[in-house]
Amino acid sequence: MDVIDARLHLKRTGFELEAALALPGRGVSALFGASGCGKTTVLRALAGLERAAGHVRIGDAVWQDDAAQVFMPTHRRALGYVIQEAALFPHLDVRRNLDYGQRRVPPARRRVALAQAIELLGIGHLLARRPDTLSGGERQRVAIARALATSPDCLLMDEPLAALDAPRKAEVLPYLRRLHAELAMPVVYVSHAIDEVAQLADHLVLLDAGRVVAAGPLADMLARLDLPIASDDAAGVVLEGEVAERDENWHLVRLALAGGAGSLWTRDPGLAPGSTVRVRVLARDVSLAVTPQVGTSIANQLLASVEAIADDAHAGLALVRVRVGTLPLVARLTHRSAHRLGLVPGLPVWAQVKTVALLG
Amino acid sequence: MRIAGRALRRAAVPAMTAADWSAVRLTVELAALSTLLLLIFGTPLAWWLSRTRTRLKPLWLALVAMPLVLPPTVLGFYLLLLLGPQGPVGQMTDALGWGRLPFTFAGLVVASVIASLPFVVQPLLQAFEAIAPRTLEAAATLRAGPLDRFFSIAVPLARPGFVTAGVLGFAHTVGEFGVVLMIGGNIPDKTRVLSVALYDHVDAMEFAAAHRLAGGMVLFALGVLVALQFLNRRRTAAGAWT
Repeated sequence: MDVIDARLHLKRTGFELEAALALPGRGVSALFGASGCGKTTVLRALAGLERAAGHVRIGDAVWQDDAAQVFMPTHRRALGYVIQEAALFPHLDVRRNLDYGQRRVPPARRRVALAQAIELLGIGHLLARRPDTLSGGERQRVAIARALATSPDCLLMDEPLAALDAPRKAEVLPYLRRLHAELAMPVVYVSHAIDEVAQLADHLVLLDAGRVVAAGPLADMLARLDLPIASDDAAGVVLEGEVAERDENWHLVRLALAGGAGSLWTRDPGLAPGSTVRVRVLARDVSLAVTPQVGTSIANQLLASVEAIADDAHAGLALVRVRVGTLPLVARLTHRSAHRLGLVPGLPVWAQVKTVALLG
Repeated sequence: MRIAGRALRRAAVPAMTAADWSAVRLTVELAALSTLLLLIFGTPLAWWLSRTRTRLKPLWLALVAMPLVLPPTVLGFYLLLLLGPQGPVGQMTDALGWGRLPFTFAGLVVASVIASLPFVVQPLLQAFEAIAPRTLEAAATLRAGPLDRFFSIAVPLARPGFVTAGVLGFAHTVGEFGVVLMIGGNIPDKTRVLSVALYDHVDAMEFAAAHRLAGGMVLFALGVLVALQFLNRRRTAAGAWT
């Protein structure tokens, strides 16, 4: 069910935003696009920090409706907002930063306890510290907890990881995944990094030059061959599976893919059997064979059938979408290989993926 | 050293006449009241100037800075006309039954507030402009309304600006001469402030008395600036915000 419904129009010199959004009320919706595509402007308009023409509705709450002359100022909107630079208040210690928002929410509307927000983000040991003594990752975790502590109806995040180096990013990402798993709150997540989106999002909105190019569930969007993201070097699908078997000796686990489509061996992520794991399978890491392979190091061979073939950005390359049961996989091959194998829609093939190439 | 110090004290203290002390008291009262009013009116003005997007902002900034560049006597002359019996403000105060402001302490306060305005507004403006818009936006997303944001975020972050504004406003009012003489004249116990008393002493060739007032003011000015440096130093040493 679509819970976040917005239509936004805004014109500036050299830029025009004309976006209609219908986002689900659960999970993470990513606004994805190159810089300058208007994704941050959309988020700011949702928050009321930017004045665009149109309407913004979150569930039953009408935050903006030009037709009815409604424009709620930002501080009346039940939202959480986290930006790249964290923007902690430098004159307050961590605890008082966290208190700042919660104190301003009427007690009857507090659903997230401060203790819960502190625990979720793992910042209990930082409460007495001042923001300028925190690392970038710690600052960002405090900023997220501060936003959560206001019990928002919707969490808006503008590239929360973009200012962090790779190790700090790896530090914060598990907390974001945890939020996703433990809170029912819808999240709108702006990013230009496809790997972040693939790891976190459930729903994807592609923006280009102020317009929505396409929108839909993440897995479907990543499997489409007609979108610009399909030609990205890091293009690929995401698959979800349950930890079904653990090979303690070799530190590997077998994931049973949804819908009984088969299984994939991957590195042991240290999760209990039965846990759900999301893996990314990049198109360049998938190869196709018309006969099952023997004498190969590749442990993952899935029986699939060819569904569609499209040109890639380079004239020598093709993108081939196959179905493993109901699940899509995309393989990036040369046109020559596709030709030699005689790939046509409907042809049964073996899709091979190296265990090493699966990304958590 | 002790003998010299005692001699200086003996020479200094008895020679301060009752009239001198009255001028000191009047000066401190004038400076304190003016500074208070300047902070009350200058703060919203500086806040507005720091946030406004009006195209007339350069004009407003120029108007605020005018007392810095105008000869104080020019300022005093026009204020005198404005507040006098023929001036619009003078006629209004007359009609309201408040009497006339020139040559009264109240008139001095009005004149000092205008003459010292840039010394208060400019440090506040700089302090407010140094606050990143995203910090105030973060407060808005945390449910703080405009007034709430101002008091809970802007004022504490601009604290060094308030210290500088208060100290400079006070010190400049103490040192003002031209405007004060034009508007206040030289009425003992009512409008004769330190700078005017000093002028009187010099005019009467009482150089020893003039030295005591002038020297005192030099020490005051030095003390104020050292104190300001000290406050700023301590603030940065505490690892605070900029």
